[in-house]
Amino acid sequence: MSQAMNRRQFLKASALGASAALLAACAAPAAPAAPAAPAAPAAPAAGEAAGAGSLEIFSWWTSGGEVEALNALYEIYKARYPGVEILNAALAGGAGQGGNMKALLETRMIGGQPPDSFQVHLGRELIDSHVIPGRMEPLDWLYEEEGFNDVFPQELIDIASYDGSPWSVPVNIHRSNVMWVRTDKLSVVGAEVPKTWDQFFEVAEELKAAGINALAVAENEPNFSGHVFECILIGTMTPDAYRGLFDGSTPWTDPGVTAALEILNRAYDYANPDYLSTSWGDINDRYVADDGPAMMIMGDWTHGVLMSKQFTNYSWAPAPDTEGIFLVLSDSFGLPKGAPHRENAINFLRICGSREGQDAFNPIKGSIPARTDPDLSVYDEYLLSAMEDFKTNTLLPSIQHGAAAKQSFVLDYAIAINILATTRNVAQAQAALVQAAEDAEFGA
Amino acid sequence: MRNLAHKSVTVQGERGLAASPAVSTTKSRKRPRWLQGDMLIAILVLLPSILAVALFIYTFIGWTFYISTVRWNSQVPDYTFVGLRNWIRLFSDHRFHIDLRNLVYYAVGFMGQCIIFGFILASLLDTKIKGETLFRTIFILPFAVSGIVTGVAWRWLMQPSTGINLIFAQLGFENFQPTWNSHPQYGMWAVTIAAAWQFTGYIMALYLAALRGIPQELKEAAAIDGAGTWATYRYVIIPLLMPVTFTAIVLTGMNSIRVFDILNTMGGSGPAFATDTLAFFMYQSTFGAYRYSLGATISSFMILLSAFLIIPYLRSMRGEVER
Repeated sequence: MSQAMNRRQFLKASALGASAALLAACAAPAAPAAPAAPAAPAAPAAGEAAGAGSLEIFSWWTSGGEVEALNALYEIYKARYPGVEILNAALAGGAGQGGNMKALLETRMIGGQPPDSFQVHLGRELIDSHVIPGRMEPLDWLYEEEGFNDVFPQELIDIASYDGSPWSVPVNIHRSNVMWVRTDKLSVVGAEVPKTWDQFFEVAEELKAAGINALAVAENEPNFSGHVFECILIGTMTPDAYRGLFDGSTPWTDPGVTAALEILNRAYDYANPDYLSTSWGDINDRYVADDGPAMMIMGDWTHGVLMSKQFTNYSWAPAPDTEGIFLVLSDSFGLPKGAPHRENAINFLRICGSREGQDAFNPIKGSIPARTDPDLSVYDEYLLSAMEDFKTNTLLPSIQHGAAAKQSFVLDYAIAINILATTRNVAQAQAALVQAAEDAEFGA
Repeated sequence: MRNLAHKSVTVQGERGLAASPAVSTTKSRKRPRWLQGDMLIAILVLLPSILAVALFIYTFIGWTFYISTVRWNSQVPDYTFVGLRNWIRLFSDHRFHIDLRNLVYYAVGFMGQCIIFGFILASLLDTKIKGETLFRTIFILPFAVSGIVTGVAWRWLMQPSTGINLIFAQLGFENFQPTWNSHPQYGMWAVTIAAAWQFTGYIMALYLAALRGIPQELKEAAAIDGAGTWATYRYVIIPLLMPVTFTAIVLTGMNSIRVFDILNTMGGSGPAFATDTLAFFMYQSTFGAYRYSLGATISSFMILLSAFLIIPYLRSMRGEVER
């Protein structure tokens, strides 16, 4: 009997102990997440001397080229601030909507535990995702201190700005509206690189007669065509009308949008016929294959990709009808409110915007610097030509890559263009675009 | 016969576990049941997990339903009550309609393949063939593979220019080159092949265990009554396996509602949302477009859908325990 009592007492005690421990465990994670206002964790950082502690940088740069480029930035940082330990928090998959890195970043930001700085597309992606919710610090003072206002083009600063302040420091520039041309394919029909869509369709018809697909498309899910479409759109609209699409001053019912949709719809007839089965990740291999398509409209990171595949039979030109326009996307780093090591983060932003930093990063990444005063000796032929265009062309923000509009719109936009790719119905696709713009409340 | 079926077959199922609390009810009833020593200890021991489940499951389900009634469709939380507006928006969304169609495609394809092939494999293994352990291991092995890995592998197998289609071409069927999971209309059926490849082994294990539980006398009795193999399966074995089939339907049905990983790696939402699912839609709405309320609405809808499937199942289980 007494033995049984002991057993019971033991069980009771252990049950109580277990429940207490569990409750404590439940309480622990909830506490810092809920009440911690973004400003709170800043307190310990304030007393910390610059050049000590650590620096946590979030990015989606995990593949070859990207990693080395980021490391080049870190090397400069380590040389200047040897006491700081850099935590490279890079997660694969983040460029698209709902990428792993963005999803994790979002939970950290909402939870009031931001990293010290993070990679983000310059423009509306940062502004709508983190600036408007009040999670970022404005950087006017840093731009002034470092003289960024004089070395970044004004149109670029405009893209980075909201409410009169810039919110991140661009580290590189990519061009969206580039057409890559396989010279071996065009020489089969003896054609020149098309400069307009009319010329494109003439060449495409000749290529078709020779059994060659004219355009590479990979639309097994929404996204790739969204990129192609923005490159068409800037050719059918004036720059101001294009900019107006995102502030409500140009309606998406505009005839320029219809014209662009019709061009894309026609271009699908000359695309690789399995374009609905091809993924963006596979398109470069398809493009360089012996029976690959002759032309591809894709951003200028393609240059690095083609070089890495030791493919040489190609040249480049602006996408048809977009001579003189530079459709910009840019990776940038910002300063979250409550960054645990604010001083270290600011020093990192200084390096990101510096001539030394940009000239170390960009030749490896295959992009051009956002600064207009780079050391020209470290860049290759394509990048030099892109830099020249960047200085002289009209700069417009890319839709697909987060510069022009918020992320929810980019998703709806890509879906609308996917409707065109799958149904080939221009009116239906345009209606979806109009609906997307309405949902995004442009200009509201 | 019916009674016997339950006794013999469900023994391996939940019954063994669920039956134990009921045992204490046979003891003396001088004090209220819940105050008896063993019961009190049972309650105390269970309390932590009850609290954890209440907090981390039911509270958050409630929270999700609440979020589905507010206007939080950007990264700035907005708790303005909008009633059913998110629900109306969801129900009128074209993508949602496609997702429902895909759910039917997937559920039918996945359930059908798993149950039919699972049953056939189990029946074959039950014929006391040589090397049964080896085959059993081979069939059930895919279940140990994660959905992500399955998705990646099948993505390449179903790549129109490199995968299975090459075999077709080699065999002389150059004109038979399906686009598999990237078909804008029927892509979902191709996905069910990959999913069923993974899950069939598990259903087979369920059936095999149940088949082993069927008393030999019943089969012998059927044989004496002049039933052939077909008749034995049709009138004895398959009816006896109904509880397992029911379990298999619930398991594959639940899986169909929430499928995400395999799709995400096979090609995402696909062209024209051919392989889009509610779970993928929810993920994109919440973490891609930051439409939290819309995402919560989709989640809530998925919970309701699952409830339709799981509640009858739980009720039938409870019925068996009380019997």
